[in-house]
Amino acid sequence: MTNSSVLPPQPDFAAGGGLLSRRMLLRGAAAGSAAGFANLAMPERARAEAEIPEWVRVAGARARGYGMPAEQEADVQRAIIEPFGELAQAFSFSGTPHHRLRGTITPSGLHFEVHHGGRPDLDPARHRLMIHGMVDRPIRLDLDALERYPMVSAVHFLECSGNSFFNAVMPEPMQAGCDMLHGLLSNSEWTGVPVRILLEEAGIRPEGRWVLAVGNDAPSLARSIPVEKLMDDAFIALYQNGERIRPEQGYPMRLLLPGFEGNMNVKWITSLWVTDAPAHTKDESGEYTEILADGSSVKFTFAMGVKSLVTHPSATMTMSGPGFYEISGIAWSGAGPIRKVEISADGGASWAEAELSGPVHPRALTRFRLPWQWEGAPALLMSRAEDATGAVQPTRSTWKAKYDPSNFLHYNAIQPWQVTPEGMVQNVYA
Amino acid sequence: MSMRSLIATALVVSLADLAAAEGPGLGAPLAADEIPFYATYVMPDGRGLPAGSGTAAEGAGIYAAKCALCHGATGVEGPVMPPVGPNDVWAKPAGRYWPYATTIFDYVRRAMPLDEPKSLSDAEAYALTAFILSRNGVIGEGDAMSAQTLPDVVMPNRENFVDVWATQGVTPW
Repeated sequence: MTNSSVLPPQPDFAAGGGLLSRRMLLRGAAAGSAAGFANLAMPERARAEAEIPEWVRVAGARARGYGMPAEQEADVQRAIIEPFGELAQAFSFSGTPHHRLRGTITPSGLHFEVHHGGRPDLDPARHRLMIHGMVDRPIRLDLDALERYPMVSAVHFLECSGNSFFNAVMPEPMQAGCDMLHGLLSNSEWTGVPVRILLEEAGIRPEGRWVLAVGNDAPSLARSIPVEKLMDDAFIALYQNGERIRPEQGYPMRLLLPGFEGNMNVKWITSLWVTDAPAHTKDESGEYTEILADGSSVKFTFAMGVKSLVTHPSATMTMSGPGFYEISGIAWSGAGPIRKVEISADGGASWAEAELSGPVHPRALTRFRLPWQWEGAPALLMSRAEDATGAVQPTRSTWKAKYDPSNFLHYNAIQPWQVTPEGMVQNVYA
Repeated sequence: MSMRSLIATALVVSLADLAAAEGPGLGAPLAADEIPFYATYVMPDGRGLPAGSGTAAEGAGIYAAKCALCHGATGVEGPVMPPVGPNDVWAKPAGRYWPYATTIFDYVRRAMPLDEPKSLSDAEAYALTAFILSRNGVIGEGDAMSAQTLPDVVMPNRENFVDVWATQGVTPW
């Protein structure tokens, strides 16, 4: 976090704890550019003493075929989470470091991973997408064939339904960054072929109401998908952020079901088997069902609820002294576009509406921002998102009351960050 | 029919094809023998179950050799999602919590063991299914599991699920 002592003369407070009006973002920018013009004439002496770094005295490096992040950014990595370590290595996750990112698109190399059987060493030349079951014409398509189909491009988040599981079940809040706490969430521009076109080509029959999607990986991961979703906005994604999908996201093709829990967006997809009923696969029987407070369970809980997260500042960060900061974070919902994000700096006593950085895509991460004057006093930062259906994030205690204590799926509670007078930012339950 | 009308007819037919299909129609015919078993799933009513059978006694030895390391010596210890319940590790043990016993057979056959999936024979998958069900008290120790018996197993938690897709569709629960 960096701060600045430059503030417009009369702070326009929007809520308690130093939250400023989002209008000040624009006003501040205008003042800054005016100051730039005023300082254009530099004194003669300053120019003579200025450092001339060595890299401006030599020719730079040549062009290269594939660009990589700056060497100095090499520590921006996914956080590896392996619940069972060496015992079950293929059951392996990695979390996106949201506290190191400031936009909405997740760089492909930092997209989260959840593997139930590891990343397969797949030969794309031998990969096939089969469409069969309750269809008139069972067909198979290879990558070259799919390349010739009409495609769509859309920005969508993917979130593991187990994202934020530490906060859901740990008795005391774990002190870790957004990569560990909320990293099983990423956002990409995906490009691929609408599933509807393929199901129609195969001649899907009226009795075909569900489709089993199967991956070409070791566990042959399988999920039952309602036909309505597949005929609506589902597609077979071939490209992620413009380039071919990364191996850990399903190369050479994955299912994309906008807004639905990550596990259903089957990676390395090889089969769409049209059926008259859900198969009740392992993942829809036990792995991704939720036990409620009364001991009953809910199944086929597909769409992800509305959620948000302040990424700057966030746990493990340290404030660099009192002064001006920009609070920044991400909001998303599986039900549609984000309508509003409110921020509190006083633990929910007062709220100010944040600026949404457009365009606001449905079922995609939306960046929000709000200026903040931190005076060095204890603060409790929260963000609370509302989506276009009017759904609002619950508090942790409200969310916990719905479920059995063991449940860690579909956790979408408000995330409070505590800022100490020393500037430490900590994960708290509030 | 004149050449002109032939061309006109052909044009109308191809335009009609285009209207019916938005894609180029490049799907190649898929023959039944090209479809591996894991591209389908055994359904709760038993559709898709293969021949063969196995008992808990047969499954015990396979479990000890191939499963116990991750799931625990008796199926309750874990650490990886123990299939026998109740246990202190995992609230949703397969042999007690899952609504249909057919899922155990299919999942074991396609995905287990983690490091050597699809290595088990159908008889071995039936035997392991019988072992897990028996350890959970869902079937008797001597009950053989097969295409005939497995669909009739009534799982204790079956009626305890609310189908959220059926009740509210895409609205998050």
